[in-house]
Amino acid sequence: MFKTLLGAVGTAIIMGAAIVAPSQADAQNRIKIGLITTLSGPNAVLGREIVDGFALGVRHSDGRLGGIETEVVQGDDQFRPDTGRELAQRMVERDRVDIVTGVVFSNILLAVADPVLRARSNPFVISANAGPSEFAGADCNPNFFVASWPNDGTHEAAGQHAQNAGIRRVYLMAPNYPAGRDALAGFKRFFRGEVVGEVYTQLGQTDYAAELAALRAARPDATYIFYPGGMGVAYIRQYSQLGLIQQIPLIAPSFSADQTILPGVGEAALGVFASTFWSESLDNPANRRFVTDFEAAYNRIPSPYAAQAYDTARLIDSAVRAVNGNVANRDGLRAAIRAANFQSVRGPFRFNRNQFPIQNYYLTQIERDARGRLVMAMRGTIFENRGDAYVEQCRMPG
Amino acid sequence: MTVLLFIEQLLNSLQLGVTLFLMAAGLTLVFGIMNMVNLAHGSFYMIGAYLCATLIQHTGSLLLSVPLAILGAAAVGLVVELTTLRALYQRDHLDQVLATFGLILFFNELVKVLWGPGAILIDVPALLSGRVELIPGAPYPVYRLVVLAAGLAIAVFLWWLIARTRLGMLIRAGASNRTMVGALGVNIARLYSLVFALGCALAGFAGLMAGPIYGVEAGMGDAILIKTFVVIVIGGIGSIRGAFVAALIVGLVDTFGRILPVLLGLPAALAEMAIYLLMAGILFFKPAGLFPARG
Repeated sequence: MFKTLLGAVGTAIIMGAAIVAPSQADAQNRIKIGLITTLSGPNAVLGREIVDGFALGVRHSDGRLGGIETEVVQGDDQFRPDTGRELAQRMVERDRVDIVTGVVFSNILLAVADPVLRARSNPFVISANAGPSEFAGADCNPNFFVASWPNDGTHEAAGQHAQNAGIRRVYLMAPNYPAGRDALAGFKRFFRGEVVGEVYTQLGQTDYAAELAALRAARPDATYIFYPGGMGVAYIRQYSQLGLIQQIPLIAPSFSADQTILPGVGEAALGVFASTFWSESLDNPANRRFVTDFEAAYNRIPSPYAAQAYDTARLIDSAVRAVNGNVANRDGLRAAIRAANFQSVRGPFRFNRNQFPIQNYYLTQIERDARGRLVMAMRGTIFENRGDAYVEQCRMPG
Repeated sequence: MTVLLFIEQLLNSLQLGVTLFLMAAGLTLVFGIMNMVNLAHGSFYMIGAYLCATLIQHTGSLLLSVPLAILGAAAVGLVVELTTLRALYQRDHLDQVLATFGLILFFNELVKVLWGPGAILIDVPALLSGRVELIPGAPYPVYRLVVLAAGLAIAVFLWWLIARTRLGMLIRAGASNRTMVGALGVNIARLYSLVFALGCALAGFAGLMAGPIYGVEAGMGDAILIKTFVVIVIGGIGSIRGAFVAALIVGLVDTFGRILPVLLGLPAALAEMAIYLLMAGILFFKPAGLFPARG
């Protein structure tokens, strides 16, 4: 019953935002963007990052992406694929959105993308987070873009880093669910040493004392984990409380070491290595502006989720500008998005043939910034201009 | 498994066990005495942790924050009892489940509104954040030993309270025959409020002790709540002694149920099933649990 209730509330929450009176020159041109993301439940923090990052990206165009009237229709998928699908259907049929973005989780994105890509109004999906391998390979689609990363990109980079660092024996841990298994598979694709332990724990588990005692007894050279959200907070705290960080380096993807995690872990996170496509410490003009303005607006350091969403807004801005605001010209708009003619906060960025990113992956380590806050400090580049493992299977029509 | 690793795992199971006991003690009393299914018990675990984290941030004193946070959890519990639960005592269990499930959602969202959706930090004083080498080559976190000791101390205190005080006598009487206690002229309403607040204080204490280990975030009480229900069902609803024994057993089975598949290469799903298999097994032979409170 509570789900129906939540559904009702969710519907009530859907609302327009950022409506600016159109100037006379482009009164007929407007773009509508459907932002479907997870704003309730245990993962609400990720949705908040995406909403705030996207809003800042729109604000950096004075509320007018590509210089035309911009309307953002927002919906909460409540971490449920069927709710996401309903929202997507309503947004393409009733609200007639031109672009759908914002989905956090792959299983929800698969449900959302289906009605969008089949709609007669020919709208686009630009993912600001999830990058499921299905769409990178056999199911690649001219109207489907990923502005973040392929799901296993960060894990592949971590495996390459372990390989570069001369680590011979590694211990792997992740929650027992598909994303956890994919993460460790991505790591192993580039790591050629010995895997001395590969442990899958319960999804949502927060006590790791038993597993960590076994890990220590196995004496690995390094540990790689994929624990997003509260699991990551608990894991890193306990790893550090056992004094393991100094003995057995802990490597994690940014999902387990970014600003959605660090405030809850505290200084226990110092020294953790994180592989990432973007960091708050990355030094380029676009990123400096983004981080400074984000902190000023929201009083916290942005996470990679916010950066991806910001980039998505900037990407849309560049594409709309390139077609002079004529977003009804879908072929033109698609070509302009493909060109990716914008300054990404992550540095070099372009789209692959499957419309997934080709970008760098970096090694970072958790340390204190000048103001004593925990950040992912840059330690080097792991991959330059890396695409993904699935592009060969993509037969892009048209 | 080496002997040393085995001993370390025993310590881990004990520490998990006493945390579960703190939760189970309150839940079993409320269930046993008021015949009330309270799914929101985990919310008080969360409230204790959040209050403690905030108090430490503002006062900087652990010794001041801990009792205040416990009192705070009890106070919130009292308000909930007076405003919401009181109307539910006469209703059937399904209504209680529905209403207290609503309370879980309410408190999870309230915490997000007040503290934001991300995890927050409870700082442990440097004195408690070190390690001692109880077992050669396997330094053990001092803080986990502190949790263990505090949990055992609370268990002794509860034993004294239940076995040696007038309130304890009423609680025992209430657990074995509620109607008769009322008929003897005891102010049942006040007893209920007291017991509920006591349960919330224990849950709050469990939460603030667990916070530095497991992290503090909205919904943190939901996972432990399920294990707590397993504990009180195994121990016998309404029995503190049963809750204590069952909490230690569940701690043991959960810890070794997680570690044996890792060491022996068995499927990870076994770890998730271990305590439920235990519960099913015990209920098969003792349907009322190990120490049934009701005669």
